[in-house]
Amino acid sequence: MNPANYLYLSALLFTIGAAGVLIRRNAIIVFMCVELMLNACNLAFVTFSRLHGNLDGQIIAFFTMVVAAAEVVVGLAIIVTFFRSRHSASVDDADLMKL
Amino acid sequence: MSATAAAVHSLWTTRALADTAATPAIPTPHIEYAQLSPVLIVFGAAVLGVLIEAFAPRAARYAGQLAVSVVGLAAAFAALVALAADGYAQGRSHVAAMGAVAVDGPALFLQGTIVLIALVATFTFAERRLDPVAHGNRVDSFAAQGSAVPGGEQEQKAVRAGFTTTEVFPLLLFAVAGMMIFPAADDLLTLFVSLEVFSLPLYLLCALARRRRLMSQEASVKYFLLGAFSSAILLFGIALLYGYAGTVSYGGIADVVDGTAKLTPALANTTGNDALLLIGGAMVVMGLLFKVAAVPFHMWTPDVYQGAPTPVTGFMAAAVKVAAFGALLRLLYVVLPGMRWDWRPVMWGVAIVTMVVGAIIAVTQTDVKRLLAYSSIAHAGFLLTGVIAVSPSGVSSVLFYLVAYSFVTLGGFAVVTLVRDAGGEATHLSKWAGLGRRSPLLAAVFAVFLLSFAGIPLTAGFSGKFAVFKAAAQGGAVPLVVVGVISSAIAAFFYIRVIVMMFFQEPQPQGPTVAIPSPLTSTAIALGVAVTLVLGVAPQYFLDLAGKAGVFVR
Repeated sequence: MNPANYLYLSALLFTIGAAGVLIRRNAIIVFMCVELMLNACNLAFVTFSRLHGNLDGQIIAFFTMVVAAAEVVVGLAIIVTFFRSRHSASVDDADLMKL
Repeated sequence: MSATAAAVHSLWTTRALADTAATPAIPTPHIEYAQLSPVLIVFGAAVLGVLIEAFAPRAARYAGQLAVSVVGLAAAFAALVALAADGYAQGRSHVAAMGAVAVDGPALFLQGTIVLIALVATFTFAERRLDPVAHGNRVDSFAAQGSAVPGGEQEQKAVRAGFTTTEVFPLLLFAVAGMMIFPAADDLLTLFVSLEVFSLPLYLLCALARRRRLMSQEASVKYFLLGAFSSAILLFGIALLYGYAGTVSYGGIADVVDGTAKLTPALANTTGNDALLLIGGAMVVMGLLFKVAAVPFHMWTPDVYQGAPTPVTGFMAAAVKVAAFGALLRLLYVVLPGMRWDWRPVMWGVAIVTMVVGAIIAVTQTDVKRLLAYSSIAHAGFLLTGVIAVSPSGVSSVLFYLVAYSFVTLGGFAVVTLVRDAGGEATHLSKWAGLGRRSPLLAAVFAVFLLSFAGIPLTAGFSGKFAVFKAAAQGGAVPLVVVGVISSAIAAFFYIRVIVMMFFQEPQPQGPTVAIPSPLTSTAIALGVAVTLVLGVAPQYFLDLAGKAGVFVR
């Protein structure tokens, strides 16, 4: 199978994630879409690693996973405190600073 | 295809061996600890801070954290000076840690700036005389307990018990260490990891305001979601550049872009594909422009700057801009100089829009912190004009401008923490009316900072703007300089409007009071004034320093 197909899949996943960030209203779902984008990047890294025949891309994929895990720790903590003080995780409710 | 595929497989599959002794050893990477010592010292201090949080009794933590932070940052600065004295800034420039971190002039210069900013920021973080004494305990600008619901029972208990969030000091140090690696990163993986290392602590710091917690948490959520979105875009850009060049090292990608790299069959397939290079480069630059708050990636800036605790805002506004401009310079000057005919027109557009939008929207602002946020956006535009020059003087002028801008910003936000009423900081501009009558010294100091932001001669802002505009004009970007001067004039209007308001309007009867700070905040403000005047009156030494530091290693 042509490895380029994995790149198309990766671009598709990335686009779905980006669209989700832009149109979904729940902070948790927005965050899940960001994670989907990171996973799309991982797929691209591994495919390019296969195409170029070197291991850099596969190693970067591991780093991305670690970074994504750290981001989950910080992100969920922030979203949960936000939810606890407002009883809503909707990003539309975050409008205290609107002009 | 099948023959090469088999050869490719052999890279990551190996034949099972009967005896393990015959497995070839992987050589240990060579790490130059001495050259990386500034970053390692800051990381070490941060880890020590975490240990203090874990084991020291609550009463001893504040003093311990403050001591560890100040000593760690001072030691890191000493290590940087020693490296520069050893000639690593010139001549002996070097890429350490197996090609991951550059030790060269711009890196050392920016790291030194970041460490000094962090030192001043530590002082403003540690300020405990501004808020009224709560239940017999002196408190700082940070929440009693970050996890407690604002106004809830748990929070009241924490306030009565005199809790303070001393975790802010290790968080600051982790952010500083990430920021020190960011402009020195010499491959795209290090760039991405250091971006996250400095961003994650900042997201947390934004949520920890003692007053107006809801706004602070909102700022944090916005910053986090948009920051994570932008770093995902940056990462996809890195993936595409890796796909184009087959390597993530800056020098390696630059060779492929220039066409001087040795062609492998796989490379021959991808280098013909300019879409990978153009889209990848654009996405990486987008991620960095988000961090420097350039229009159209600036939407988060006013909200985050307004909602975050003011000492954190000052630190972010100064240090993030320094780190991100360093990384942007290195990316454009080391990785993509071969594509400058492609990226320069785009950056022209971004710089013009950033300067104009930042200056015009600032005119309509009614909140001091939002005003300074839009001013920082406009300054990002001025800095971009220096980046566009693509010349040695472009690099050194941006380095100089960053120093001039960052200390003034720190001082400006430190002044904002002092003007208070019953609800905490009085940030609405109408409350600042007549401040010059009530407390002339503070108003005069703030006026000096505003004049420097506006770029009035004899202030640091003027020297910085003159340097970047001169570099841009020499680089052929004269129209850009004209736009820059016009938007400076627009910006000067609203800075001077604030000064007029402070000195020539009657104070309100219910106006704010000016808190008497401890020597910590006074030092931050005094340093801001000193840098403003020294860089404004006698900038030559620092211009020379930035000029000597302006050569990247490749």
